[in-house]
Amino acid sequence: MALYSDKVMDHFRNPRNVGSIENADGVGEVGNPVCGDIMKIYLKINDQQIIEDVKFETFGCGSAIASSSMATELIKGKPLSEALQLTNKAVTEALDGLPAHKLHCSVLAEEAIKKAVKDYYDKNGIIYDADLFPDDEDCAHCEAHCGR
Amino acid sequence: MFVYADNAATTAASKTAVDAMLPYFTEVYGNPSSLYEVGQTAKAALEGARERVAKVLGCQPREIYFTSGGSEADNQAIRSAAAIGLRKGKKHLITTAFEHHAVLHTMKKLEKEGFEVTYLDVHNSGIVTPEEVAAAIREDTCLVTIMYANNEIGTIEPIKEIGAVCREKGVLFHTDAVQAAGHIAIDVKEQNIDMLSLSAHKFHGPKGVGVLYARGGILLENLIEGGAQERGKRAGTENVPGIMGMTAALEEAAAHIDENTKKLTALRDRLIAGLETIPYAELNGDRTHRLPSNVNFCFEGIEGESLLLLLDDKGICASSGSACTSGSLDPSHVLLAIGRPHEVAHGSLRLSLGEDATEEQVDYMIKSVREVVEYLRNMSPFWHDLESGKRPHVFKEFVKG
Repeated sequence: MALYSDKVMDHFRNPRNVGSIENADGVGEVGNPVCGDIMKIYLKINDQQIIEDVKFETFGCGSAIASSSMATELIKGKPLSEALQLTNKAVTEALDGLPAHKLHCSVLAEEAIKKAVKDYYDKNGIIYDADLFPDDEDCAHCEAHCGR
Repeated sequence: MFVYADNAATTAASKTAVDAMLPYFTEVYGNPSSLYEVGQTAKAALEGARERVAKVLGCQPREIYFTSGGSEADNQAIRSAAAIGLRKGKKHLITTAFEHHAVLHTMKKLEKEGFEVTYLDVHNSGIVTPEEVAAAIREDTCLVTIMYANNEIGTIEPIKEIGAVCREKGVLFHTDAVQAAGHIAIDVKEQNIDMLSLSAHKFHGPKGVGVLYARGGILLENLIEGGAQERGKRAGTENVPGIMGMTAALEEAAAHIDENTKKLTALRDRLIAGLETIPYAELNGDRTHRLPSNVNFCFEGIEGESLLLLLDDKGICASSGSACTSGSLDPSHVLLAIGRPHEVAHGSLRLSLGEDATEEQVDYMIKSVREVVEYLRNMSPFWHDLESGKRPHVFKEFVKG
């Protein structure tokens, strides 16, 4: 289908890092079933605050699955500080672009990762700047879009 | 294997249709309004086509107006009834909640212009009752418009009975028969239909051509102003090749309705039975009062667009009422109208069979859909929540038992 770039289709057909991590150090879930997409990110973080492993589970369209896959690739093996700087734009660019009405999928990926990192900080009592994280609002990405 | 299972979206033009069109591109290319021979030959063909279409539908040739397709015919029928109503001070229209957007968006526009519209409930079955239509008709009702068969879930409405109710109450009745024409036997006189829309490309005719039937005596409003074509009601040089192709396709389809119905109903029911063996899956719309070609399911825990993309990889062309395939963020208004919650409506799949479908194709589709649904559920956190009981299932595990 010409709807998506080859890169998107590759990550959709052969998603990297699908699955879950038992006893993950950080878990982040965003989206909701009413909107039609949910993304869940699992992080394994070592003492040096490096993401040793990352897995995802996604309920959603082709671009949601591809965005999750690409986002996990971009943060795997990276320090947390770097993962926190991942933007939806970077995910979109790495996928060679997304159709305009699918950009929110890349936003979900960014938010899911941030939420997983926040979960790790919270669990370990690490002090952080609250401004780094989006509102803990399931449908935030979607409200902007469809006003629900 | 390649399976085109999106015949409700469009069909391949038949050889009969294409052969009927070809001479009118290069040989009989004249404008039917011209007085010389090549024009008059085209005119004769055009009027012959009008008679042939009228014969299939059971009406008079002068009651047939050629249009650019179903949407134009729907718009013109509704606009005309509204204009007639307005002159009599009647500004109420009745339709259903799950019409095609060509009808619904015209209704929305009329509401902005001061008309009032009643949207009848279509229930879980996707079927309106004549009694409900009768109850909704008021003194100021100027039109009832109810689709013959739904484009997404294929449910067939009791058109003849609804028509009888409208006749009795003296209200105009229009039906969008885009999905029905060529697939269900239509006789506008016998079925009490005042106006009807159809579109050629849904029954193996070409795209961009359709018909508005309007019973004699109904004054049509022009949507397109210009020349005096179509008895002055639809300006623009006639699409002669398209009309010839449509007419041939309609005759061919109408001649084979019984055998196609028999064959497709068996395949449809085989497909439904097969898909029902997938857990937490349900058929959308009434099981028997539906087009012989239409199968529409919702699967819990997955999203329709990813389902379509993976089916495409397996050579299966299908469609979904998922928000992600529509470009909007809301799932299909049809699925919502039959009471499917949003989260389930996102996971819908429509398979619409063609007359050349085979048992092998049906079995291949069952196998492929099962594989893809399982694969997508495995990576779906929503599915995992359903399985763990964190969120409640909407469907039973299996429909039967």
